Amino acid sequence: MAEKSTVIGKEITRIDGILKVTGGAPYGVEYALENMAWGVGIGSTIGAGRIARIDSSEAEKMPGVLAVLHHGNTEKLFRPANSFEEMSRPGESRPPFEDDQVYYYGQFVALVVADTFERAQAAAGRVVVKYDARTPDVSTAELTPKDPPAVKNERGDVESALSSAPVKLDVTYETPVETHNPMEMHATIATWNKDKLTLYETSQGVVNHRNVAAEVLNLQRESVQVISRFIGSGFGCKLFPWPHSWMAAIASKKLARPVKVSVPRSMMFTTVGHRPFTRQRIQLGADKDGKLTAFHHEILQPTSMVDDYVENCAEATSMLYACPNVRAVQYLIHKNIGTPTPMRGPGRTPSLFAIESAMDELAVKLNIDPVEVRIRNYAEMDEGKKMPFSSKHLREAYQTGAEKFGWSQRNPKVGSMTKGKEILGLGMATCTWPATRHNAEVRVSLLADGTVRASCATQDVGTGTYTVFAEIISDRTGVPLDKIRVQLGDTAMPPGPTSGGSAATATVIPAIAQATDQAVQSLLKVAALTSGSPFEKVDPKNLKMTGGRVHKEGDSAESGTPFPDILKLRDLSGLDGQVKTEAPPEAKQFSMHSFGAHFCEVAFDPEIARLRISRWLTVIDGGRMINMKTSRNQILGAIVMGVGMAMFEETIYDHRNGKPVNNNFADYIVPVNADIPDLDCIFLDFPDNKLNEYGARGIGEIGLTGCASAVTSAVYHATGVRVRGLPVRIENLLKTA
Amino acid sequence: MYEFQYTKANDVGQAVSSVAPSGSKFVAGGTTLIDLMKLDVERPKLLVDINGLPLDRIEPAGDGGLKIGAMVRNSDLAHDEKVQRMYPVLSQALLSGASPQLRNMATTGGNLLQRTRCYYFRDVNYPCNKRTPGSGCSAMDGFNRIHAVLGTSQHCIATHPSDMAVAMIALGATIFVTGSKGEHSIPITKFYLLPGSTPDHENVLAPGEIITHVTLPPPAQNAKSHYLKRRDRASYEFALASAAVIVELDGRKISKAQVAMGGVGTIPWRSPEAEHALAGAEASERNFRRAAEAALRGAKAHKDNGFKIELAKRTLVRALQTVTQA
Repeated sequence: MAEKSTVIGKEITRIDGILKVTGGAPYGVEYALENMAWGVGIGSTIGAGRIARIDSSEAEKMPGVLAVLHHGNTEKLFRPANSFEEMSRPGESRPPFEDDQVYYYGQFVALVVADTFERAQAAAGRVVVKYDARTPDVSTAELTPKDPPAVKNERGDVESALSSAPVKLDVTYETPVETHNPMEMHATIATWNKDKLTLYETSQGVVNHRNVAAEVLNLQRESVQVISRFIGSGFGCKLFPWPHSWMAAIASKKLARPVKVSVPRSMMFTTVGHRPFTRQRIQLGADKDGKLTAFHHEILQPTSMVDDYVENCAEATSMLYACPNVRAVQYLIHKNIGTPTPMRGPGRTPSLFAIESAMDELAVKLNIDPVEVRIRNYAEMDEGKKMPFSSKHLREAYQTGAEKFGWSQRNPKVGSMTKGKEILGLGMATCTWPATRHNAEVRVSLLADGTVRASCATQDVGTGTYTVFAEIISDRTGVPLDKIRVQLGDTAMPPGPTSGGSAATATVIPAIAQATDQAVQSLLKVAALTSGSPFEKVDPKNLKMTGGRVHKEGDSAESGTPFPDILKLRDLSGLDGQVKTEAPPEAKQFSMHSFGAHFCEVAFDPEIARLRISRWLTVIDGGRMINMKTSRNQILGAIVMGVGMAMFEETIYDHRNGKPVNNNFADYIVPVNADIPDLDCIFLDFPDNKLNEYGARGIGEIGLTGCASAVTSAVYHATGVRVRGLPVRIENLLKTA
Repeated sequence: MYEFQYTKANDVGQAVSSVAPSGSKFVAGGTTLIDLMKLDVERPKLLVDINGLPLDRIEPAGDGGLKIGAMVRNSDLAHDEKVQRMYPVLSQALLSGASPQLRNMATTGGNLLQRTRCYYFRDVNYPCNKRTPGSGCSAMDGFNRIHAVLGTSQHCIATHPSDMAVAMIALGATIFVTGSKGEHSIPITKFYLLPGSTPDHENVLAPGEIITHVTLPPPAQNAKSHYLKRRDRASYEFALASAAVIVELDGRKISKAQVAMGGVGTIPWRSPEAEHALAGAEASERNFRRAAEAALRGAKAHKDNGFKIELAKRTLVRALQTVTQA
């Protein structure tokens, strides 16, 4: 990294921003291919049972209708290997139209394809599907585990520590089903060229999508290309491919023309994943000073009938606080719902609602300040993995946050702080997210026209990955950002990571840096070894590239030669560097996590039970920020989502047919601008150089973890009502006046 | 979605004569109808587009009140200087509803005829007495947190969704309609029908009749009005409970009160009980609470919506406090 970078850590506007706001960025659904047909999926209207009969005769006679596909007339599809590590993980492992079974409401039972969208839509309304229906099991009232635990973390002897603890807490928390609902809905355009398939997608992992496609459709990986250049966000529901993608592929193959299938908003609630419900019982044992002696965390989590999706809520329990006796165990229960999938901050987001709420309840019980109780239980090392942390500055986050937020002004007495008709409540919570690095391969090319091109089959979900590439290249070459072209989202490029788990930035940076350096080294060799070069016979080791110019070590960049002039010496179109990097060896020696703290103030009008967020501050210890503007954007966006989780969001299933009844944006409530006050966020600048040389971690998810418990703790402080089941609703607060 | 015919009317006479005996719908802003057509809930054979009708004026009525054309857009009505000055409750109610984009399309006549947001009415795969008479009510045993507690029957508990209509029923608006048999007027308090055993009949409009305009009576000299809406989030959501109040004060004594509630009734809910409790009473919290108790006396809760009864009372009390503040 350059000693004085002009780009790293600065407020850099996204290099794809202009394209996006001017409509110049093509999203997957927007490609208009010649002779394209439209497919409209039909979702089951029962929640469990079997398809008795499908009558498509009327639909097939309608104008423009090309085909009606269902389990009775489609080719065999295969189940994928289902491995996250090998990058071949599906969203739902059951391929569409596998048989006549219906496992959840909204499961695709047929696809109508026509020459226009309108004709396909009209015909879809005339397909008659008869079912043998059973009453689906969607209730969370009774969750009885039948299988062994899906996750188990244990140290010490939690039972005896609990029974001998002088202070005990035994509380149960619930988080509801949440639906991701990115702005851009799922869609696939499939097109075949002989036996080669191209899928235009909206995917957070084009390589993973390609690999699963090959397995499901029984093709070679080389025969599938997945393209997802621009994405209108995903929040996790586009990490892994869903059945509509394969429906588009088989329809396109059958009809020998491109087929587009888009998922309407209502079906975004059924067939493309959700964050599952959790019920979490926490039993704490502590001494009279609030020092934890026992931590027992039992999690019950529904999944679908067809997949064992684990929303790992037991993972954070083992590392967040110092405690000798810990047991965290999680059970899955199969229900008639679609397969859940990671949603921003999976596992830790519901988990930290429970853990951080319990810590607040412990603080209240012992009359200890909530910040203080956390500092008393500060984990100096990862006691679960028995490893030191690579870089942990959570204490500084608590202290900085408390100071900037005016936490010392907080009167701990419930309802004691008022402003006009409103009661103020102050709450705080820890946030945390693991820092990880996967494999990545990047190609960087110094080109004769004076630009630099980077390519990698990762993708930009809308978070700023394009800009990270440009910044790293600019930092190492001095080439300005507007001369750097970044190409992502296409499996024709060197394989890159999935955009998930806040790992993409940390993963790609080393590969970009090394590929850039390799290209520059090739350039310097050309400069030194080409006759007629101004640097002929200079040892390449004594050459460097600064400001886009090649010059001798010790000389100024201005004295140097622009790099295209070096390429011209040999009439080269460009010089490439291509490097593959893997997780650092330090990952086996250190526990790597980001940390932070939320501070939240609510204002509550008791007479009309009106709750609003009035102030918010988040302090993040997330390594070095590559781009301050997009980093801040990630944290503030996550807080907005956290307010939604705390106060509004819940997908509600009808117990009779398993339908999510609030499957639209009028009835599924997310925050609007009027719900959000000015939000503030501070980044502590502690680079984690054990993760990569820039010390950068990802920050897409951490901001959401802990938010909901900061809100419910503030609500308790204002009202005395402890809401243990999200979201906080008006009906929870009506009893207070 | 199904095929349908479309025609455009340029005057009221043409509109009325365009409609067929059955299966015809007028379309104005389309913010309810088009939505429901996409869901197959509404399946008109013929759409008569009335956006070209010259009914978009807001003008003084002869009696000192206001005459509002049926095609006046919600945004224009909310921001009209006369409305803001004479009937703040109406402007506030309009601005609390929907979003700016929807208000720019939605019309006065259309808003009065807005259909319910009941999940089960909006999905043709569920039984619904309002959509398919006699098929049953799915909300009764379904998720019914947003449903009505006043004016319900064993056949329907769907909430009337409009904010504007709540203000208008409090104000005592008169609705003017034209049909094949000519023009007549209907007091808004007689316009809406309780669901009873025929929840598909939502109002007294005869088939083919069109709303042409609405009049509001002149406001009393010393009247003050206010609209308060409670919902989960701060904007862009239907009411869980709302209150429209118009109060005439004589010192601290209430000489007259007009009260209506939204979000809790199967129709925009005028409350003579609350008005009676307030008339002649001191403007005090105790009396406001008494009026609120009277307004909700007949309320009937279902599984998920019991909180609405208390919320509605508190909302009404706060609205009365606000409007009677010195």
